[in-house]
Amino acid sequence: MKNGQSKIQVQNLNLYYGSLMALKNISIQLPSNQISALIGPSGCGKSTFLRTLNRMNDLIPRVTIEGNVLIDNHNIYEKDIDVVELRKQIGMVFQKPNPFPMSIYENVVYGPKCHGVKDKKKLNEIAEKSLKKAVLWDEVKDRLKDSALSLSGGQQQRLCIARVLAVEPGIVLMDEPTSALDPIATLKIEELVTNLKEDYTIVIVTHNMEQAARVSDNTSFFLNGEVIETGATEIIFTNPEHKKTEDYITGRFG
Amino acid sequence: MNHTSREKIVKVFLFLAAFTAVLSVILIAFFVFKEGMPIFITYGISEVIFGQNWNPTNQVYGILPMIIGTIFVTIFAIFIGAPMGISVAIFLAEISPQQISKIVRPAVELLAGIPSVIYGLFGMVIIRSILADISRGPLGEHLPASYQTGYSILGAGIILAIMILPTVINISEDAIRSVPKEYKEGALALGASKWQTIYNVILPAAKSGIATSVILGTGRALGETMAVIMIAGNTALIPEISWKGLFAPVRTLTGNIALEMGYAGPEHQQALFATGIVLFLFIMVLNVLTTLIAKRGFNRG
Amino acid sequence: MTKVEKQQAVAYGVLSFAAMLTVLILGLIVFYVLSKGLGMISIEFLLDKPKKMGSEGGIFPAIIGTIYLVFITMIVATPIGVGAAIYLNEYTKEGPITNTIRFATEALAGIPSIIFGLFGFAFFVILLKPITGGWSIISGALTGVTMILPTIVRSSEEALKAVPSILREGSLALGTTRWQTIKRVILPTAFPGILTGLILSIGRVIGETAAFLLTLGGSLLIPSSIFDGSRTLSLHLYMVAMETGAMDIAFGTGAVLIFLIIIINATSRFLLKKFIRKMS
Repeated sequence: MKNGQSKIQVQNLNLYYGSLMALKNISIQLPSNQISALIGPSGCGKSTFLRTLNRMNDLIPRVTIEGNVLIDNHNIYEKDIDVVELRKQIGMVFQKPNPFPMSIYENVVYGPKCHGVKDKKKLNEIAEKSLKKAVLWDEVKDRLKDSALSLSGGQQQRLCIARVLAVEPGIVLMDEPTSALDPIATLKIEELVTNLKEDYTIVIVTHNMEQAARVSDNTSFFLNGEVIETGATEIIFTNPEHKKTEDYITGRFG
Repeated sequence: MNHTSREKIVKVFLFLAAFTAVLSVILIAFFVFKEGMPIFITYGISEVIFGQNWNPTNQVYGILPMIIGTIFVTIFAIFIGAPMGISVAIFLAEISPQQISKIVRPAVELLAGIPSVIYGLFGMVIIRSILADISRGPLGEHLPASYQTGYSILGAGIILAIMILPTVINISEDAIRSVPKEYKEGALALGASKWQTIYNVILPAAKSGIATSVILGTGRALGETMAVIMIAGNTALIPEISWKGLFAPVRTLTGNIALEMGYAGPEHQQALFATGIVLFLFIMVLNVLTTLIAKRGFNRG
Repeated sequence: MTKVEKQQAVAYGVLSFAAMLTVLILGLIVFYVLSKGLGMISIEFLLDKPKKMGSEGGIFPAIIGTIYLVFITMIVATPIGVGAAIYLNEYTKEGPITNTIRFATEALAGIPSIIFGLFGFAFFVILLKPITGGWSIISGALTGVTMILPTIVRSSEEALKAVPSILREGSLALGTTRWQTIKRVILPTAFPGILTGLILSIGRVIGETAAFLLTLGGSLLIPSSIFDGSRTLSLHLYMVAMETGAMDIAFGTGAVLIFLIIIINATSRFLLKKFIRKMS
């Protein structure tokens, strides 16, 4: 499952918080080595859906899931799936940058260290490689031992991306990664994400439509826990099939 | 999977750690009751609880004097300590300027940390001699000689009142601070003075929290041993039921256990455990009261 | 002044008086004991053995006994208490199991120390005499563990709760196990808060007497192992005051105790400030 061979197929996914149905009958495809955007108004299930892809919803007590989520044709919700292993293959970047209270270096090598990499030389290599991919290396290479919390918001988020890349996942999930950042930091991250698709499959939740249009190859429009429409970004934004999609794109609501 | 089994082992160890608390409570209750029950069975429950004579050498185990001693000392401590503690709580929560709080708060914290034997020492030396002077001097003709030593309910009550202050202050202050500020602002907006607001709106709203603090303070006073021993006199006699009784030396349930355990023979020891059972029951009653008040307070909202 | 204003002035006066009185009382107790006891404190006092049942000489055995007791109690209580807090906060959802454990912890917190003494006596001193040596430091320490367990669990749980859950999620999303997340991210972050609770517990052990009266034995000799009987500073103060009437020694011991408590108090406040700063 390494390096972008993954393809995600979601089939008839339902998700319940207790008795409340939050995701209704979702069936979409997220192709390999492409950037798929999930758009829609706040609270309509985009983040919840994203978290079903790496089974982060397992952490919430009263969540039940029906349907299939296939990654490389394996259903990740089967009984014998090792969730810890699964999450090594799928990285996640959160809305608010969440670096650990450690040095920049320790943050980046955290994943590999937990997974058993002990060799100092290897760890240094991983750190450099990941920080370069996250376009952060030049800014921090002389102060790797500094606390991660001393970085700016945008730098922290790029550090979190580097931390994810260090684990070498095939898929990277991003939950509104730039909504807490200023425009310049936002553009830097959009640029780096665009370059990442060469090696990774990326799924990005965003409530910023322009960002989705700029960055993604295909888009799914969420409304009230359902996917109204899904397809190539260009088509969704210029010639959508459903009226609701069109209304959202043109800003008539949400 | 290697890490799955490691996780399972970790979880078991952590569960065992958490279960230690449950295990401890069970063991404590078990041993206290196991060692103490035989006395109730041999001598009869009412003989022990209402027996007015405590004379272990002659196998007489009446603990009524200690029950009364405990009750009187505790009541007196609450009588002084509760109003004072609540006042300080109101002061800190509503009136005190920052600079003063910076002095009062650490003082309360420090009071909470002082070992009970230090309180006992202070009581034994200072409070006792003041009370002895009062009871020999102006009150000398009214009090029997045995009430003039200064070792008394009064002395123990004063020291206990001081010791329970931190408990009452902290919990009452929390309760007062939790009153939604809309209540306060509503009253002030209607033209009430700050004090009127405190008295008529805030205090009633914080009622159950304040009551809880008093009950917890009572529990603390009930359970205190060393400080009380050092100033209460430890005579196992029922005090006179009048104002003079305040100067009477008494023995508490806790004192009974601490004083005699060191040299007690087997049956005597059992009687001391029986004293522990009675103490335990007192505390249980208080706990139930606390839960009831918490529920009522919760329902009233 | 109007009637309302007068009422308020009186009320404020009473409340302020109560607060002032509280501070005064603290000052009185601390300064009285220190003034009577400081004079006693010297190198000899701290390092000499007691003579004549403790009415003369020094308090060295009590100092050693206190150190031994605190050390053993904390070594046993810390993993149990912190472990319990980790279990409650990180490994389970609220339900009958956690409710039982929490109820037991609260119940423990309300039990008077003399009852712990009774338990310790019956269980550790008598029943487990072959293992503990009867009246001994280990008997006292194990009793002490049950006493301070609620404090450690409570403060550790608070410290763990204060760690933002987004850090937990960030670690788990990288494909780490729960325990790795706890060990490498959560515990280090919660550490100052946990440490504060531990230090408070040390203060409690030092100040506690009743439970140790019934389990330590009160021996005046310097303990050579944890299976020996001993006495703590608090216990020594009590026994000297009540049995020998040598009040100067009692006050000297009291002064040492007060110093210890002040240091412990100040340390925990300092650490708490550091923790709050680290979290924000």
